[in-house]
Amino acid sequence: MKRSFPLLLVLVFGILGIIPFIVPHPYVQNTDEFLRNNLLKILAAFALVLGLGSLLRVHYDKIRRKGQNWEYSWVLIGTFIVTSIIGLFGGVSGTGILPTRIGSFVFDIWTIYFNIEVPLGAAMFALLSFFMASAAYRAFRARSTEATLLLVSAFIVMLGVLPLGNEISPHLPSFAQWIMDVPNVAGQRGILFGVALGMLATALKIILGIERSWLGGGGE
Amino acid sequence: MTGILLACICALSPPTDVYAYDTPDDGGGAITIEWKLSADDAWLQRYDIYRSENGSDFERTGFIGSGRDQFVDETADDKQYVYKVAAVADTVISFSEPSPAVNSSAQWLNRRKINIIIAVIVFGGLILFFIQHARRGRELFVRKIAGLHAIDDAVGRATEMGKPILYCPGIGYIEDIATIASLNILGEVAKKCGEYDTKLINPHFDPIVYTVAREIVKESYTNVGRPDAFDPDSVYYVTDSQFAYAAAVDGIMLRELPATNFLVGWFRAESLILAETGASTGAIQIAGTDQVSQLPFFVTACDYTLIGEELYAASAYISREPLLLGAIKGEDWGKVIIGAILIIGSVIGLLTVFPILGLFD
Repeated sequence: MKRSFPLLLVLVFGILGIIPFIVPHPYVQNTDEFLRNNLLKILAAFALVLGLGSLLRVHYDKIRRKGQNWEYSWVLIGTFIVTSIIGLFGGVSGTGILPTRIGSFVFDIWTIYFNIEVPLGAAMFALLSFFMASAAYRAFRARSTEATLLLVSAFIVMLGVLPLGNEISPHLPSFAQWIMDVPNVAGQRGILFGVALGMLATALKIILGIERSWLGGGGE
Repeated sequence: MTGILLACICALSPPTDVYAYDTPDDGGGAITIEWKLSADDAWLQRYDIYRSENGSDFERTGFIGSGRDQFVDETADDKQYVYKVAAVADTVISFSEPSPAVNSSAQWLNRRKINIIIAVIVFGGLILFFIQHARRGRELFVRKIAGLHAIDDAVGRATEMGKPILYCPGIGYIEDIATIASLNILGEVAKKCGEYDTKLINPHFDPIVYTVAREIVKESYTNVGRPDAFDPDSVYYVTDSQFAYAAAVDGIMLRELPATNFLVGWFRAESLILAETGASTGAIQIAGTDQVSQLPFFVTACDYTLIGEELYAASAYISREPLLLGAIKGEDWGKVIIGAILIIGSVIGLLTVFPILGLFD
């Protein structure tokens, strides 16, 4: 029962997930919308509580054990409490019972999000350019035939999109575009065919209860 | 010239053969109106669409530019409508004859997707056939996948070094198949961690994925007879912010110095940030995703990469369960069929280029 009930649920909801793709009738579409937008949100809310509980437990434990960089765990717990209070009582844009403005100083959730979370995320994203340079260096070392091909084609493509490429030869930009449009797209499509079939097989295996790794594997 | 233009406008030809029908393959609430363009279409500003519920009182329901001969009107399903189309140029309007009465209704089958349904049935049938084939105990050959073959060595290396294993399932949600495939692999990796008594660190981006992963890891430890070795705090939720998650996982890599990093699942721009940080710590890295745009980053920065369908084959490959291997065989035959169709289609396409072979014109 412990295994067969989840398998039955997966079978039923798996089929319910497929039907709206081919049946446009409002009865089916509305049921699908209810499952996705309402039921899933309720599940997500419960899961979020469990998730936040686990996050706080891990950091509380780290502080208790004085683990490596345990001081930062206080920052996490502190900011979690402050933003939770502001979010719960101050409303999303400062419309709750808690005042979120002192003179011209505004600290509602949207302001915190746009002035702290977004710039920090952008800073992480900006690191990508440096990582890309180091990854490119590693990829373009011509140690094998494949790596040499990669180096040569990348060189042509990069040269082709620069004004210098056109100066060297007017055919270079179109050749660079050909590399992008033909061999590159052919490779990507090959991968995508495999991905599509893999998705189909995985979905079938899970819906039919053949794939049970998500249950921890094993038999009945 | 102006005189000729005015004469043309004053004698505007109306659109003809107005035909309204229930829009096919939809959920109801729409009627499509088609007509033959006015002979003076070149002079028109637009076509106005009028409708009536009783056949006499028409009201304008929409308009569309000249040169267009189709309009989709939003309707109520339980009512009958009659349509007229008017050719409009400045203040001159010329009405068509009314269309026959029509009402919209919801359909139970989207016929435009029948080709997809057939393809799913064919490929699904192939997969089920090979699963059945495997059920009968037939030996199935599956080519060696280096990335999956390395999992045992990677876990063994972590055990020998006394270091943990980091398993990062990416930033996908539970409805993403790549995330589901990643969770399947997590189950197998967790079993090996349980067998070798190696610490597993599994940070999560989505709370639902976290709850599922926690149960999977717990069950895996139980299945290998090591429920006591399961640490509930080894699987935890971090954040649902993309780069905050990347920062957190980078921090884990640098603090805990895992011997092996698994970056398997659904990734976006954070893939290279994670893979490069992991590479800088000297960990063995096994990555896998179905995101074509992220694959080059993983190929560059990781020791092994599961490309596309290899991600979906991983669970079967590691567990060696015959039924799951049967599904891989089915996928391979699916690719053979697609390849054959592509070759035949290309040949037909080439033949039509040469007029002498105009067999397929």
